[in-house]
Amino acid sequence: MAARPPEEIKMTPILKALEDQDTSFTYDPLENAMVLNMGPQHPATHGVLRLLVKLDGETVVASVPELGYLHRGYEKIAENSTYHEFIPHTDRLDYLSPLSNNVGYVLAVEKLLGIEVPERAQYIRVLVCEMARVASHLVAVGSMGMDVGALTVLLWTFREREKLLDIFDVLCGARFTTSYTRIGGLQRDWPDQCTAMLDIFLKEFDEDLAEVEYLLRTNRIFVDRCEGVGYVSQADCIALGLTGPLLRAAGVPHDLRRDNPYLVYGKFDFNVVTATESDALARFYVRIAEMKESARILRQALGTLPGGPFNAMEPKRVLPKKERTYTKMEELIHDFMLVNIGIDPPVGEVYQAIESSKGELGFYIVSDGTGQPWRMKIRSPSMSNLQSLPMMLKGGMISDIVAVIGSVDPVMGEADK
Amino acid sequence: MNNGQILDKLKGRYPESIIGSDEFRGDLTVNVRKDDIVRVGEFLRSDPDLSFDLIVDACGVDMYRPEERFEVVYNIYSLKNKRYIRLKVRVGEEDPTVPTVTGVWPGANWHERETWDMFGIKFAGHPDLRRLYMPEEFEHHPLRKDFPLMGIPDSLPLPRR
Amino acid sequence: MAIESLQRDGFLTTRLDEVIKWARKNSLWPMPMGISCCAIEMMATASPRFDISRFGSEVMRFTPRQCDVMIVAGTVNYKMARVVRKIYDQMPEPKWVISMGACASSGGMFRSYAVVQGIDQFIPVDVFVAGCPPRPENLLHALMDLQKKIQGEASMGRGRGLPIYIPENPEPAIKAQPA
Repeated sequence: MAARPPEEIKMTPILKALEDQDTSFTYDPLENAMVLNMGPQHPATHGVLRLLVKLDGETVVASVPELGYLHRGYEKIAENSTYHEFIPHTDRLDYLSPLSNNVGYVLAVEKLLGIEVPERAQYIRVLVCEMARVASHLVAVGSMGMDVGALTVLLWTFREREKLLDIFDVLCGARFTTSYTRIGGLQRDWPDQCTAMLDIFLKEFDEDLAEVEYLLRTNRIFVDRCEGVGYVSQADCIALGLTGPLLRAAGVPHDLRRDNPYLVYGKFDFNVVTATESDALARFYVRIAEMKESARILRQALGTLPGGPFNAMEPKRVLPKKERTYTKMEELIHDFMLVNIGIDPPVGEVYQAIESSKGELGFYIVSDGTGQPWRMKIRSPSMSNLQSLPMMLKGGMISDIVAVIGSVDPVMGEADK
Repeated sequence: MNNGQILDKLKGRYPESIIGSDEFRGDLTVNVRKDDIVRVGEFLRSDPDLSFDLIVDACGVDMYRPEERFEVVYNIYSLKNKRYIRLKVRVGEEDPTVPTVTGVWPGANWHERETWDMFGIKFAGHPDLRRLYMPEEFEHHPLRKDFPLMGIPDSLPLPRR
Repeated sequence: MAIESLQRDGFLTTRLDEVIKWARKNSLWPMPMGISCCAIEMMATASPRFDISRFGSEVMRFTPRQCDVMIVAGTVNYKMARVVRKIYDQMPEPKWVISMGACASSGGMFRSYAVVQGIDQFIPVDVFVAGCPPRPENLLHALMDLQKKIQGEASMGRGRGLPIYIPENPEPAIKAQPA
C-alpha cells in the first residue's frame, strides 16, 4: 500500500513535528515511510497515550507522543478549593498508588505551615507509602508481562494486589482512592486488624513474588523481547530529568528516601537498588528488587510502631474529631472555619517531593495567605519520564514499543494532570 | 555547601544578573534577570562544586500584578550535593518571551511546552513549541487568572449525539 | 416448564425473540474504554476474585468491531470525547453502553474547563453506575441489570428502553464470593 503524497495530508503541528525529526538514521531508497497512529484507545493498559510513529517497514524511524487526553484541570481546581478539599483530588493523580500521593501533598502543605506530626503518624505514613509502592509495582510488572504476551503474570499479580486492597479497605474504607491522610496527621488510627492482615501478607509475599519472578526470569521469550530494548544512556537520563526506576536502572543511585529523607525513613535499613544496563529488562529487575526492599521496610516499621496520638496538636489547622465537634464549642468553630474558609498559611512558596513508585512526585505551592493556594504545580514523574520515549523507540521495531512503554510505566492520570 | 555559600558563589560570578533572593523553610529562591537565565543556568550546571544537573520542574505562575505579570520558576536538583535551588524569572504581559533553557537542561522541553499551553509565555529558541495538554485549535490559555474555571462555552467542540 | 418439556419430549418450543435475547444477554462482550482510575477497577473485575467471565464477558476485545457493550470507565474530557464517539460509531448493532463511575456519568468531582460533564451529552447510555470508583461488585450488578434490560426490550427494531441508574450501595441480592 503506497503512502499518500505529502500535499494531500493536512500538516497539523503534531504531524509537522514528526516530519521535522531527524530521520538520518536510515536511508531508504524506496521512500516507503508510513505514519502509524497508536491512538489513545489502545490495548496496552497504560491509559490514554497517543503515539505517532513513522515507520520504515517494521523499524521505527521517529516517534512523537501526544498527551492531554486525560487533562482534567487539576491545577485550576486547586486554585479554587481549600487545602483540605484538594486531598481527594490527589488520589486520582497516580491512581495505582493513591496513598503515596496523599502523603506527598500533605507533606508539602505541612512544610508550608511548618507543623510537625507526631511519630506514630509518621510511621503509619511510611507503612502506607510502602504498601502503595508494592501495589503499584505489582501492576507495573503484571502489565509489562501482559503487554509482552505473558497473560498469567497479570492475573497472579492482581491476586496479590487484592490482599493489599483488602487492607486498605479496612484501614480507610475504600479499596483505592483512599484520601487517608489529613493536614497534621491522618484520618483515623491504624487498627490492630490491619496489623494482623499485614503480618499474614508479609509472610506469604516472599514466596508469591518468587513465583512471579520465576515465571519471567528464565523465560526465553520474555528475556529476548526485553533485553537491549529501550536503552537510554546515563548522561541522557540526567539531562532529560528522569527519576525513579528509570534513573536507577541506568546506574545512578538516586532515591529521595535516602538522599533527602522525609518522614522517618532515616531510621530504616534498606538498600537502593541499581542496575547498569538501562534497558527494559533492567527496569523490570529493579522493580522486583524494590518490592523486596519495600517488604523489608514494612517489616521493620510494623515491628517498631510507637504508640501515641496520630494528629498534631494544632487546633487551627487540624480538623477536630467528629464527636468533639458535636459537643464542644471551640471544636465546632474550628471545624466551621476550616471547612469554609480554610487554614491560614503564611505567604511564601515551598516545594516538597517524595519518592513515589514512578519517580519524584513533587508539589510546588505558592501561597498568598488565604485558605486557597494561589498556585499549585504538581511535578509528575510520568510526564518527565515520557519525554525519553522518542529516544528509546528510535531504531527499534513496532513490537518493542509495547515493551518499552511497559517498562517506563506511565500513569496518564498524573502525566496529564 | 549550604544555601548561603551557593548564593555567594552565584553573586560572585554574575553580580548583575541576580536581582534578589529569598529563603523560606530551607528552600533557596534566586530571582534572575530574564535575559541572563541561560548563562546562569549553564554556570549552575557545569560548575563542579555546584553541579545542579537534574531539572526537576519548570512552571509558570500568574501573579496578576499590573507590571511583570508572570513568573517562570525553575526547580533544579543537584545529584552531587543533594539539594534543590529555585530560579525565578519575571515576565511582563506585553512581551511574554523568555529564552529557552533546553540547551542547558534538555529535560525542560515539555515543561516549557506546558507553560506555553497554560499561560501563553513564549520561549525563544525552543525546538518545538506546541501545546501539550489542550487541543491544538484551542485559543485561550487556561491557567491565567482571567480564564474562568468552567471554561468559555463553545471553545472546545463536542461530537453530536 | 420448558425444561420439563425438554426432558420429557426431547425438544422445547419458544419464541425466536426470547432465544435471541437469551443468547445476547449471556454473552456480552465488553469493549473496555478504560481511561483512568475506573479502568483499574474494571481490570480487577476481570481478575480471578470477582471474575466477570462467569457472565460471559471474559473476552475483553479491544477492537470495537467485535463487541456488544462499551464500558466507559474514567473521566472523558473534550479531547477524548471525539475518540469515544468514533469508537462508539464503529461498534456494530446491537450495542449498549455502561457508563461506569461518577466521572463518566456526570463529570464527577472534576468541575473544570476540560471535562465533559457526563458522556450522555454525546452518546446514548443504558446503565449508569455510581461510585468513585465503583466496587467490582457494583459493576457486576450493573452488568446483571443490563442483562435484565436486554431480556425486556425487543430484539429487532428500535425498542431501546430508558437508562437504568445504579446507586452506590444497592442491597446485595447475591452476596460477594468469600476471598
